[in-house]
Amino acid sequence: MGGALLAIRDLFVEFKVYEGKLKVLNGVFLSVREGQRVGLVGEAGCGKTTTMKCVLRILPSPPGRITKGEILFRGEDILRMPPRKVQRIRGRGISMIFQDPTAALNPVFTIGDQLMTVIRYGSHDSLTRREVRQRAIKALAEVQLPDPERIMASYPIQLSGGMRQRVCIAMALATEPELLIADEPTTNLDVTIQDQVLRLLNELVVRRKTSVIFITHSLGVVREMADWVYVMYAGNIIEGGPKGDLFREPLHPYTRGLMRAVPKLTGGGIAEGIPGRIPDYLDPPPGCRFHPRCEHAMPRCSQKNPPFRPVREGHEVACFLYQE
Amino acid sequence: MGILRFLAKRLLFSVFVLFGLSILIFLISRVLPGDPVRMALGPRAPEWAVQNLREQMHLDKPLPVQYYYWLVGALHGDLGQSLFTRRAVIDDIKEFLPATMELALFAGVIMAIFGILFGAIAGRYNNTWVDNVVRVFSYIGVVTPSFVFAILFLLLFGYLLGWFPTAGRLSPWVPRPPVITGMVTVDALLTGNWGALGDALWHMVLPAVALALGGMAQEARITRATISDNLKKDYIASAKGFGVPERLVMLKYLLKPSLIPTVSILGLDFASLLGNAFLVELIFNWPGFSRYGINAMLRKDLNAIAAVVMVLGVVFVTVNIIVDLVVAWLDPRIRLGAERGK
Ligand SMILES: Nc1ncnc2c1ncn2[C@@H]1O[C@H](COP(=O)(O)OP(=O)(O)OP(=O)(O)O)[C@@H](O)[C@H]1O
Ligand code: SF4
Ligand SMILES: [Mg+2]
Repeated sequence: MGGALLAIRDLFVEFKVYEGKLKVLNGVFLSVREGQRVGLVGEAGCGKTTTMKCVLRILPSPPGRITKGEILFRGEDILRMPPRKVQRIRGRGISMIFQDPTAALNPVFTIGDQLMTVIRYGSHDSLTRREVRQRAIKALAEVQLPDPERIMASYPIQLSGGMRQRVCIAMALATEPELLIADEPTTNLDVTIQDQVLRLLNELVVRRKTSVIFITHSLGVVREMADWVYVMYAGNIIEGGPKGDLFREPLHPYTRGLMRAVPKLTGGGIAEGIPGRIPDYLDPPPGCRFHPRCEHAMPRCSQKNPPFRPVREGHEVACFLYQE
Repeated sequence: MGILRFLAKRLLFSVFVLFGLSILIFLISRVLPGDPVRMALGPRAPEWAVQNLREQMHLDKPLPVQYYYWLVGALHGDLGQSLFTRRAVIDDIKEFLPATMELALFAGVIMAIFGILFGAIAGRYNNTWVDNVVRVFSYIGVVTPSFVFAILFLLLFGYLLGWFPTAGRLSPWVPRPPVITGMVTVDALLTGNWGALGDALWHMVLPAVALALGGMAQEARITRATISDNLKKDYIASAKGFGVPERLVMLKYLLKPSLIPTVSILGLDFASLLGNAFLVELIFNWPGFSRYGINAMLRKDLNAIAAVVMVLGVVFVTVNIIVDLVVAWLDPRIRLGAERGK
């Protein structure tokens, strides 16, 4: 995986809460190659957002703490970079669309103020005030927002949810990032506009050949928008591979459960088909975190966490069924 | 446009508040036990003199008529005569109010600036030792009455260490700058009298800080809570994630939304500061309004009581309008709500 644009290796994150330590990320591996569209699927609370916040080094700390791991961007470890260097990667190198556009926009500043600040500090070039403004307006027009001038002068509460998410997409793309992280960009939207926004986003990244990580609950979305798929469960990436191969022949018992649960080609929730629920992070099960729910569990599954290993060309899995 | 309508609405509301307050204080002052005229003239004054004064002050008329006379006078800037000094109450107020306002404003500024500063630092570095220090001190500040601080400061910094003067507004050897506003610091500033300005500020430090500490602790606690809460918000993570420099994120995108709750209660804190000023003024022998007010109450000096309360009411209402305007400036949600006429 030498040529990866982004490579997350063995990432561990804990949250300190009143009751104790939530051991959330448990050795995450994930990589993105240049121009690749990666889909990341996993049920609520499995640690998708947490992983991505680590990539930008914006995990709120306290309570969060990265206890182990490395995140290589173009071969350099973001987690061990001086802050000034991290700052140069943010925006122009990697940018992120947050799950909830309402929470991601500052309620007391205008869209114009926020968007122009992002362009001024996040993009590659040094620009004059006028150029910044022009770029902001162009960015809003590109996400098909009507009357960009008026939107610039508006506060977030004056916009609908769909418009806010378009604004967030405009912000994330305005810096022309090499890698875009789209964290469930449509889950907080009306069903009727979810599709529109997704299609628009897909079009924009395909046209610009931006590498992207699409995070979603929906296998349908992954099927449509990704070339490569990772599946996450309770703080581990448990399977990953080329989309075709993974959908044709899922290996991990959890992935297989997912595919069974979801009618082919449609969207829909996750894990209805697997009995049990995501484990408690205060006291997670030892070994493979899936073992309490796994129908193939063996004695060693509760002793050691199975390593994430390739089974065949590019298709990796973390399960003892495929390892001696 | 929106902000003007907002202001107009607040002003109208304030007029109603003050009108209500005037009726209330008028009634309360008249139903207090004891005959004010007899108290003013003393037990040995002849009955005809008492009767004369009573008529002169319309105290023989029914209450609504008395109120009418009072209100008409007040609207013309005439708050009646003091029963004791026999001077126009308005002149007494002109003499005593500036000293209190000067002290309260100075304390208010200390309260707001340092409360927000300490709170913001504690919130930004929450759960570190700085935070713990601020939390302990703000807890002490909230539970300790200001007169206790006043006495402690007087003893420690006034008598024991001798760093600050213990009484009055100016040292005896410093000539008072000509009266323009009545506030010594402002008058000194306006006339460019730096010596007097320094001396006046030096006199004000202990009483103002003693007065400010309670509110300051309150502001610090609220600011700390909001800042440490907002620090975890997605809009902060998002701004940082786009490469906006840390300092700009903290001083602009974190601070502005976090000030809203703090500023909202500044008005109330300022009001309690005026209330607490009384004991602090006594302790530091500060020739202010509070002492005049309490004397008026004790002697049942009707017009003086009403005037004191009304003046405090006007100050309170004004401070709250300013606070509302600042909050509306900070928070577009309020401003836009006001524009839509909600
Ligand atoms: N700030 C926090 N404080 C405490 N615990 C947290 C915090 N952020 C995340 N967690 C914990 O980490 C776990 C993973 O959260 P994360 O937001 O990464 O999940 P997710 O996969 O993005 O879920 P969703 O699909 O709901 O967005 C959660 O179950 C939660 O318990
Ligand atoms: S490692 Fe064991 S418990 Fe985990 S998924 Fe594989 S078989 Fe099941
Ligand atoms: Mg999430």
